[in-house]
Amino acid sequence: MGDPPPAPDLSARQPSSRRSSQVSEQRSQERAQLPPAVPDGVQQMPLDAQVLRSSQEILESQANLQSWSQGASLSPYEQLAMFQAEEAQLGGMEYPSLNRGFPSEFLPQPYLDGGGIQVPGNASLMQQLQQGRGNVFQELESAYQEPRPDLLGQFSMYQREDLQFSASAQHGPYMSDDPALQFSPSELGFMSFSMQVPEPEPRELAVQNAKAYLLQTSVNCNLSLYEHLVNLLTKILNQRPEDPLSILESLNRTAQWEWFHPKLDTLRDDPEMQLTYEMAERQKALFVRGGSGEGEQDMEEEVTETAVPNIMETAFYFEQAGVGLSSDESFRIFVALKQLVEQQPIHTCRFWGKILGLSGSYLVAEVEFREGEEEVEEEEVEELTEGGEAMEAHGEEEGEEDEEKVTDVIPKPTWKPPPVIPKEESRSGTNKFLYFVCNEPGRPWTRLPHVTPAQIVHARKIKKFFTGHLDAPVISYPPFPGNEANYLRAQIARISAATHISPLGFYQFGEEEGDEEEEGRAGRDTYEENADFEGIPVLELVDSLANWVHHRQHILPQGRCTWVNPLQKTEEEEELGEEEEKADEGVEEVEQEIGPPLLTPLSEDAEILHTSPWTTRLSCSLCPQYSVAVVRSNLWPGAYAYAIGKKFENIYIGWGHKYSPENFNPSLPGPIQHEYPSGPEIMEMSDPTVEEEQALKAAQEHALATAEEEEEEEDEDEDEDADD
Amino acid sequence: MDAESLLLSLELASGSGQGLSPDRRASLLTSLMLVKRDYRYDRVLFWGRILGLVADYYIAQGLSEDQLAPRKTLYSLNCMEWSLLPPATDEMMVQTSVVKGRFTGDPSHEYEHTELQKVNDGEKVFEEEVVVQIKEETRLVSIIDQIDKAVSVIPRGALFKTPFGPVHVNRTFEGLSLSQAKKLSSYFHFREPVELKNKTLLEKADLDPSLDFLDSLEHDIPKGSWSIQMERGNALVVLRSLLWPGLTFFHAPRTKNCGYIYVGTGSEERTTGPGDPALKQGAEGWNVQMREDGGWKWLWEVTARSPLRKATSCTQMRAAHRSGSPTHLLLAAPQAEELTNSFQ
Repeated sequence: MGDPPPAPDLSARQPSSRRSSQVSEQRSQERAQLPPAVPDGVQQMPLDAQVLRSSQEILESQANLQSWSQGASLSPYEQLAMFQAEEAQLGGMEYPSLNRGFPSEFLPQPYLDGGGIQVPGNASLMQQLQQGRGNVFQELESAYQEPRPDLLGQFSMYQREDLQFSASAQHGPYMSDDPALQFSPSELGFMSFSMQVPEPEPRELAVQNAKAYLLQTSVNCNLSLYEHLVNLLTKILNQRPEDPLSILESLNRTAQWEWFHPKLDTLRDDPEMQLTYEMAERQKALFVRGGSGEGEQDMEEEVTETAVPNIMETAFYFEQAGVGLSSDESFRIFVALKQLVEQQPIHTCRFWGKILGLSGSYLVAEVEFREGEEEVEEEEVEELTEGGEAMEAHGEEEGEEDEEKVTDVIPKPTWKPPPVIPKEESRSGTNKFLYFVCNEPGRPWTRLPHVTPAQIVHARKIKKFFTGHLDAPVISYPPFPGNEANYLRAQIARISAATHISPLGFYQFGEEEGDEEEEGRAGRDTYEENADFEGIPVLELVDSLANWVHHRQHILPQGRCTWVNPLQKTEEEEELGEEEEKADEGVEEVEQEIGPPLLTPLSEDAEILHTSPWTTRLSCSLCPQYSVAVVRSNLWPGAYAYAIGKKFENIYIGWGHKYSPENFNPSLPGPIQHEYPSGPEIMEMSDPTVEEEQALKAAQEHALATAEEEEEEEDEDEDEDADD
Repeated sequence: MDAESLLLSLELASGSGQGLSPDRRASLLTSLMLVKRDYRYDRVLFWGRILGLVADYYIAQGLSEDQLAPRKTLYSLNCMEWSLLPPATDEMMVQTSVVKGRFTGDPSHEYEHTELQKVNDGEKVFEEEVVVQIKEETRLVSIIDQIDKAVSVIPRGALFKTPFGPVHVNRTFEGLSLSQAKKLSSYFHFREPVELKNKTLLEKADLDPSLDFLDSLEHDIPKGSWSIQMERGNALVVLRSLLWPGLTFFHAPRTKNCGYIYVGTGSEERTTGPGDPALKQGAEGWNVQMREDGGWKWLWEVTARSPLRKATSCTQMRAAHRSGSPTHLLLAAPQAEELTNSFQ
């Protein structure tokens, strides 16, 4: 500490001139021609005198900071930062590997791996400084020959935010062009040390003490308050946020956080983002379809005959109505539907809507396969269920075997399940269409199984959120037959039947109405597009619900669109169950259920507790002539329809729950069953005591004895008789 | 959602299928600007839409500089002319809780409700049917207040508490990270904290007083009343309330885009409580009991008691129904969940 500092030779000057030479060569030459430095080194720098004087006082007063002339010098914080960086460099002097210059990788070290490189405290630092200063500057010299932007490495902590500055100026607007100023930090450090050497003034000493105090490293980490403040101030000055005082706390926190969470190397993966990238990759596959040269010809063909609906157009109209998904999402759905049409033999395709779930949503596509395409999957499913039944049957048999072994056979219940109502054929009634669902565009489409009447009947009794996983069980009371895929399919059938509507006259019944009887029984179930349909004016559509009709069949309470007598046995059943039938003869005939026929106007829909089931309005009241008619279902919140001219479309986006003004009331268990009437046959008898047993035994013996006597008497009598 | 970033917010929240038509959007952008000027609000939020039978209510809220200060609520039927609603009171809530059904869309509509009131006429006390008329506007105020208190959401860090007390928007909020965004604990109720003071010192030890000064959604009752999911290939996190279906909160992780919107009928999702006459009728012979579970009052169980067996539980009933035959087997302990999980 007491050693006189070595004279700052030209090597100390040179780096600065080198650095500046790229900016202004003339100036650097002037600098190089300066007379050699005097050992004392304080007054020897005429150019820098003012700067240095003020730099000595940096820590003393804020007034000085303010008086700092902005144009002529670096901001004091900048100097501090650079000085501090140098200190770090000096601390690491023992390591001769500094030839790399100032690569950015070196600088975070004081914070990251303290070890030998950390600032080792004031005294030793200064010793090292004095010993190695000449070397340092040589090192620096080589370092500065690196391309200029490398210098930024000094401030690499904040480089992320700095990028816009680095392009134009070396370090933002505060970096002065003056070559002397560029290097002043090192001089500052050097000067301040040399000043105190001979006879430290009290004020200088106070500054040194204060700095030494600030440089103490924290108990918890290798960081000192000094370094922290330097970094914080550098950050504030780099970013120049508005009103820094109000966000000082959070800046303080983030600055510290950033030291310990350096920006990840580009070579390392960011595991968090992995899923996002995967999904983007998957969706990319949707967009590149048909982009190859070969695809172009296909494209031409597709233009005429594709089954993909024009989702963008319907999305536009629904947007006018204030519903529907964003145009971006709609387009993704469009390409996803295109993919579906390519994969499956699809004749017609429609975007049905979206059902929201707890952890995922379902996008639902309503399709019709081309004629003759067999529904392979369906059969498989049936086989599976049959297999399951067979398994169950097998299990029962085993049980029976067990029962046979047990001597006490458990009595079989006399209760018989009600007859199962057969499900409707595909392409008719509730199973008229096939449905495919997927969670997100780009994910695979899954086909939903056909719906059974029992599923619809049970779905009416429960209210359950979808989870987003098709194979999730539906735990409910009363128990729902099937998993979530079945429940979803049942809800889709119910919503479709209730909310799919079209303007009156768009559809009409076919010409050939053969069976009058059939019509009378179940109503016509086919319709065709009316070629002569001219469209109904939008205002009329809004004014009267009679101008809208249902074009899906009503689902009867039975769970089917066409009624089937559950008591009517099929031939097989008749053979099997003739005996049972005799017992059932007493059962009365079931009354036929009749629903409203197809293409019934909405005005005949039932009210829900004094509120109308539909709300109609114009999409835009300001320009009625160009707006569309919008119909909203109040029974199924989320179901909408629009119509303009000859165009109309239905959509459902919601939770898949029916509206009820009352609270949901789960159906209750049946009445409690009666206990078996306690009678003597099931009364438990107390065991007889020994006395009782003995008494009984005695009584029996006595009875036996008397009986024998009687027998003997009889024998005697017989003998007598025989004798007679 | 912030009125200033309305277009982007609507785009992000559109996954629930509820948007605004272009003309509504344009008029909102214009009129909310004027609202901000006229009422001198620091920030204007577009709160959402309550669907009525005839017309919809569009709701906006004005915030003062202190974000947690009582908010001013405005409504409009045409998105242009806004009227200020009075602040909600407890009285209003009690009064309007009897109204069921949909909003009509006419603020001056009066619901009629008959209730029995005890009237003191001299010495006699007799009950009299009194018809109470409740204005729809009052109901609107009450419902908005209930929704705000129950399900308004703000991500952690979006607001910060200054040392002087008021709560300000955190300008340095840069969004939640992806892993944080998937946790319910990173989201707070955007209202005066209620549960926070009930926490123990140990639970509060790790909280940052300038950031964690609100109730988190994590301990909401009933559990599972939030659906949290990632949309758009994990680029957007969406929270939907199952208690108030229609409330959507969105947040794009790593950006400051966040907000919530309510588009719905203004009715809360509930199952029937034990006091409901319909339940009492249906559960003849069964013992219907309400179970209090942390303040959640709709959890109930149905048990049947018979002289010989101690209790017949719901589980048993289910078993009996499954096999379809009368059984006297006692299966498991009573589980109310079997019934109530149809809600979850």
